[in-house]
Amino acid sequence: MANAETVTIPTALVIDRSGQPVPNAWTTLAADAELPVSGPVILPLARLLAEPASLALPGGIGALIGPEDDLGTLMPLLAKLALVAIAFPKFRDGRGFTQMRSLREHQGYTGEIRATGHPLPDQFLNLVRCGVTSVDLPQGQDAAVWASVLKLHGGLDTRPVAERPLPLLRRLAVPFAP
Amino acid sequence: MDTATSIIRASGSAQTGIYHYDALDREYLERRAEEFREQVQRRLAGGLTEDEFKPLRLMNGLYLQLHAYMLRVAIPYGVFSSTQMRKLAYVARKYDRDYGHFTTRQNIQFNWIKLEQAPDILADLAEVDIHAIQTSGNCIRNVTTDQFAGAAADEIIDPRVYAEILRQWSTDHPEFLFLPRKFKIALTGSAHDRAAIKLHDIGVLTTRNAEGEPGFCIYVGGGLGRTPVIGVKIREWLPVSDLLRYMEAILRVYNAAGRRDNIYKARIKILVRETGAVCFAEMVEQEFASLSGDRFNLSPDVVQAISARFGAPNFATLAPESPAFEKAIVENADFARWVSTNTHPHRMPGYISSVISLKPIGGIPGDATSAQMDIMADLADRYSFGELRVAHEQNLVLAHVRKDDMLALWQELQAPGIATPNIGLVTDIIACPGLDYCDLANARSIPIAQRISERFADLARQHDIGELHINISGCINACAHHHVAHIGILGVDKHGQEAYQITLGGAADEKAALGQLLGAAVPAEAVPDLIETVVGVYLAERSPGELFIDTFRRIGMAKFKEATRDGQR
Repeated sequence: MANAETVTIPTALVIDRSGQPVPNAWTTLAADAELPVSGPVILPLARLLAEPASLALPGGIGALIGPEDDLGTLMPLLAKLALVAIAFPKFRDGRGFTQMRSLREHQGYTGEIRATGHPLPDQFLNLVRCGVTSVDLPQGQDAAVWASVLKLHGGLDTRPVAERPLPLLRRLAVPFAP
Repeated sequence: MDTATSIIRASGSAQTGIYHYDALDREYLERRAEEFREQVQRRLAGGLTEDEFKPLRLMNGLYLQLHAYMLRVAIPYGVFSSTQMRKLAYVARKYDRDYGHFTTRQNIQFNWIKLEQAPDILADLAEVDIHAIQTSGNCIRNVTTDQFAGAAADEIIDPRVYAEILRQWSTDHPEFLFLPRKFKIALTGSAHDRAAIKLHDIGVLTTRNAEGEPGFCIYVGGGLGRTPVIGVKIREWLPVSDLLRYMEAILRVYNAAGRRDNIYKARIKILVRETGAVCFAEMVEQEFASLSGDRFNLSPDVVQAISARFGAPNFATLAPESPAFEKAIVENADFARWVSTNTHPHRMPGYISSVISLKPIGGIPGDATSAQMDIMADLADRYSFGELRVAHEQNLVLAHVRKDDMLALWQELQAPGIATPNIGLVTDIIACPGLDYCDLANARSIPIAQRISERFADLARQHDIGELHINISGCINACAHHHVAHIGILGVDKHGQEAYQITLGGAADEKAALGQLLGAAVPAEAVPDLIETVVGVYLAERSPGELFIDTFRRIGMAKFKEATRDGQR
């Protein structure tokens, strides 16, 4: 698990997929911390599996997925999850991108997908294209840098992931106009 | 005006055969250059650590080598225009030391780059539709193909069209930019493999099924480096329309399951080996089945649209034979010798493909000065529809030359020193930059290539020896593909000294094989003698007309070992 060493992690700054800071009610619970009486709270996948009762917690429940986690075990719980947090403990580990697309395109998950850990602002567009709806910014990161990356690439494509065209080949959908 | 013609005219370029950009393509390249400029500024201002910056600069082709930054510029599937060549010459002159180095992956490298100038270079390159995107980093790299694409007589499909489709699919693919390791795809348009496809992470071989429809046979898990592996077939025949869907499936399985705990075990070949080829193929097929056929469908109109962007050379209607060409061959032995090695048959009557050797005797394999680049650009304009190719053997190709023009072309290649008649011969050596530039290398490659080239300088002798491929890598990463050379030379570190291991019997074509070790590593000064002894064994043992590789396959290692044993003590 990505955040096993911490207890309750107060989220510093969360941005939406347009790069704007948004209010955040979610907290992330460590593997061994006591379950609060109500959510919204994010639990590591292993704990959710061990304590299925937590899925009924009022206020909302989310799952924290690490790169090593098997998404298959998450599937039966998916309908009850308002949020899935995908951890990027290292920005170079791109497994999270595949996890996101599997959730959106194979499982049809429509809830919030949040990137956590240590993604780079330079990966923002890729995260959005793979289905992310919010990013829990790493400590000390400037939301403005994230927003500027998106702006450079022509802003946000608001279409659902499955309807979004493939990179570059999208141009072929429109007639050639020099 | 047909579609192709209007596109070519609209793009403001006279050349055919290269993929013509439109406003959207250009906007994308400008944006990428701008993005990289901002990243460099953020790095210099301390907003990015070197650790964070590294993958970003690598994805823009910028390496940190022993003495300076190296910029690897993409030449997609090795095809480029005379205009682009002139810009490369300009970059060599303005930002480097007046030369560039053509690589085994059909790219060009500049070895003396300043970080602060890299964004300006990318902006300059963007003006002529070239870039350095994904020429490095753990992402899908430049797709390579046959250097005679679109010209070869034995072609089933034009591989450039599909390589371009794969380029567009893989460029900035949101899911596959942070793979476990680098990823290389090679594609060949005919059943004869001129792109070494079984030595790539994915190899695509064009074939026809029983009904005669063209499609693709897919290999995975090939590669050289410290664990050389020949790729395995996982799909006998894939319909053209499913190409992207199948690629997506392979990459997704690899991204999810490839090892990330050890950089030396992170390539797809290790995943395929550890999973087992059958099981790996099943995983891919399962992922393939779950991907939407509609979304990933490569429809004929898309293929047609991409194809139209290349345009077609306006070939003249010529007689198959050229009396002037035949006469020159008979009358001029030097010209005849050059034609015998430096040409390839063309599908159009009266045309021929010609190879410009970047392997002058004693020279640095693959290097070209800016002056030579400008001359080659002019020759491309006058003789080959303004189009050039880089061969993975580090030579250049003018693909569509009239046989009538060949003598004139050959005469013009003399002065700039690029008429060496040695393609496929013992001095057509493939070498990596080695310890002269690269901080990964254990030993120098270039001086070894130069010494062997000088030793075999005599042209009559080279032509008598015949086809013989020597590849020299300065370390186990095998950038020069030494494992698949007829004679492979690997630089190693032997008790702090540069030393060289020799392998024999490798091959990179459809009979791909890994070379076998001849004996213990030898010091640099012993290499030319050792090669000479090996060649001597071949000459003594060969049957009439038999090539080195065929003699080796027939007689095996024993006689070579026996003859070279003394030299290795």
